[in-house]
Amino acid sequence: MPEVIQTFDLKKTYPLEEPVHALRGVNLTIGPGEFVSIMGASGSGKSTFMNILGCLDRPTSGSYELDGVKVGGLSRNELADIRNEKIGFVFQGFNLLSRTSALENVELPLVYQRKKSKIKPKDKAMDCLVRVGLADRMGHQTQQLSGGQQQRVAIARSLVNDPALILADEPTGNLDSRTSLDLMGLFQELNQQGITIVLVTHEPDIAMFTKRCVEMRDGLIVRDTPIEEQRDAKLELEEFSGVIGI
Amino acid sequence: MKIFKLLGIAQSSLLKNRTRSILTMLGIIIGVGAVIVMVAIGEGTKENIETRINSLGTNLIMIRSASNSAGGVRRGFGSSRTLLLKDEHTIREQCDLVMAVSGIVNVNGQIIGGGSNWSSSVMGVSPDYTTIKSWELDEGTFFTERDIRAKTKVAVVGTSIRDNLFGGGDVIGQSIRIQSVPFKIIGLLKSKGSTGSQDQDDVVLVPLTTAAFRLRGDSKYVSQIYVSATSMDMLDAAQEEVSQTLRMAHKLIDGEDDDFNLTTQTELTEAFTSSTETMTTLLAWIAAISLFVGGIGVMNIMLVSVTERTREIGIRVAVGARGFDVMMQFLIEAVVLSLFGGLTGIAMSFGVCRVLTDFAGMTTIIQTDIIFISLGVSGLIGIFFGLFPAKKASELDPIDALRHE
Ligand SMILES: Nc1ncnc2c1ncn2[C@@H]1O[C@H](COP(=O)(O)OP(=O)(O)OP(=O)(O)O)[C@@H](O)[C@H]1O
Ligand SMILES: [Mg+2]
Repeated sequence: MPEVIQTFDLKKTYPLEEPVHALRGVNLTIGPGEFVSIMGASGSGKSTFMNILGCLDRPTSGSYELDGVKVGGLSRNELADIRNEKIGFVFQGFNLLSRTSALENVELPLVYQRKKSKIKPKDKAMDCLVRVGLADRMGHQTQQLSGGQQQRVAIARSLVNDPALILADEPTGNLDSRTSLDLMGLFQELNQQGITIVLVTHEPDIAMFTKRCVEMRDGLIVRDTPIEEQRDAKLELEEFSGVIGI
Repeated sequence: MKIFKLLGIAQSSLLKNRTRSILTMLGIIIGVGAVIVMVAIGEGTKENIETRINSLGTNLIMIRSASNSAGGVRRGFGSSRTLLLKDEHTIREQCDLVMAVSGIVNVNGQIIGGGSNWSSSVMGVSPDYTTIKSWELDEGTFFTERDIRAKTKVAVVGTSIRDNLFGGGDVIGQSIRIQSVPFKIIGLLKSKGSTGSQDQDDVVLVPLTTAAFRLRGDSKYVSQIYVSATSMDMLDAAQEEVSQTLRMAHKLIDGEDDDFNLTTQTELTEAFTSSTETMTTLLAWIAAISLFVGGIGVMNIMLVSVTERTREIGIRVAVGARGFDVMMQFLIEAVVLSLFGGLTGIAMSFGVCRVLTDFAGMTTIIQTDIIFISLGVSGLIGIFFGLFPAKKASELDPIDALRHE
């Protein structure tokens, strides 16, 4: 089985007057079924890296293989198809369509799906919204939802195409600790089903729910450690509920 | 592809920007509406002229004097006098394809009667004249061959004469004076109303010979001869026959120009129709230019829309839309906009034509083919002017588009 993600000396430079070296040579290998968290200070290049992993952006130099395929040589259409079929991406800024219902937002990737699926797009999208706990907000428009709810719609959208790889840029950034726990439980469940997950976070606590922690600084990976004791979000949620007496 | 999905996307995004969509359509609405109304007015005018000319009588051949160049000096049209009273007789005797013949002698005359006077057109004609013009009598009788032979001083008048001289009262048996010659009224023509500015009821008919001998000095000549062919199909043949007969009667040798001029009603129609067609074409071009400007409006708005919706495009591309999908989305939006504008324009043009007919008395004719043509054209405008913005949208880079504010 090939590695899911393999990057070789990945560099990204933004050609401003004073060129910004957002990535200075990142080498990372992530295998199938891994659950990786990426940590690092603001501006250390996490989002830049994630965008390249998500086939949204191209590196200035270096190469990136996804499922053994060199992404650098693919056409725009092939990249679009990879994003549509293989990857679920949760953006740092949600990136939901405004004046559009939660359900339609979640359905969006299926609109562009080329393969016919047995399940109706609408049912599939509803199912995903139920999984992130938004069963009662499906018809609400984006601007009628709270930040945390929008975050969960964005996560539901990343699940809707049954991706093999989920890339989430600070998915818990806008959530309270209880909902964060909820969400990490969902990610752990998905990971147990075999989906590879990479998520960016600022909180060391959140990283403890993953299996491996990669730390970035100034466009380079400075530390890559396995999590010794992975915490179980479901279990903690039960305890959490017990403490506040629900 | 999934055209219905794309139609759905187009519909919802057009509805989300309702005001802008309507404003964009306005250009197309006005353009299409203008084209249809202009062409409808043109067609209406054409038909109007046609019915007017047809009211002259469908099988009519008009014969007028014409100068031939034999004399060396060419005089103005109709100013020469070559048509004779006896030409009428010759045509009647010798032409088989002719159903009715009437010479016409025009007399200018002040008419005095019922204590007042009135200036009208007095015409000396044969009894056949009513057949040629399909005129009918309201009261009394028309004069006959006997009156022609005897040059009797009788007259048949139109209703305007009755109204103006006799205050609308009974006119049969009344007497009028034309150039101080007394005439007895024996018939009243049925009212025909007026076509345009010309009052068709302001007419006095007297026997041809009476007019020639008693009202005009030059008893030999007639102003015009009207001939009715036996049928519409025979018009050309009858024209030829009349022409040959007249050439024989006037003793014209081969190669010599005709000293008369034949005009049929069809020729008149053609002359008028071609001039109205020029007008229609001109109006349609002006309207088409406004439609083109409407199309530029669509392009403008679509370009603005692409810029404004860059983030939306970015999101769609990020979740897997191909360039083609994005292009189709914007193209379909443009086409839906212009098609809808076209449909609304068509609906509005019906309303405008109604108003023009009911309140301005204009004849307007909307033909079905112009409806389909303008609908097709508005669709094409959508494609033509939507293509550039759509292409622009489809070439956006996902990450740049997502960063767009
Ligand atoms: N489009 C761009 N043009 C120029 N410089 C950029 C651009 N995008 C990012 N950068 C720069 O690249 C560096 C890395 O940015 P990046 O967004 O990857 O940081 P990050 O680690 O995700 O930070 P945060 O935790 O705040 O989200 C920053 O210094 C940023 O200023
Ligand atoms: Mg970031």
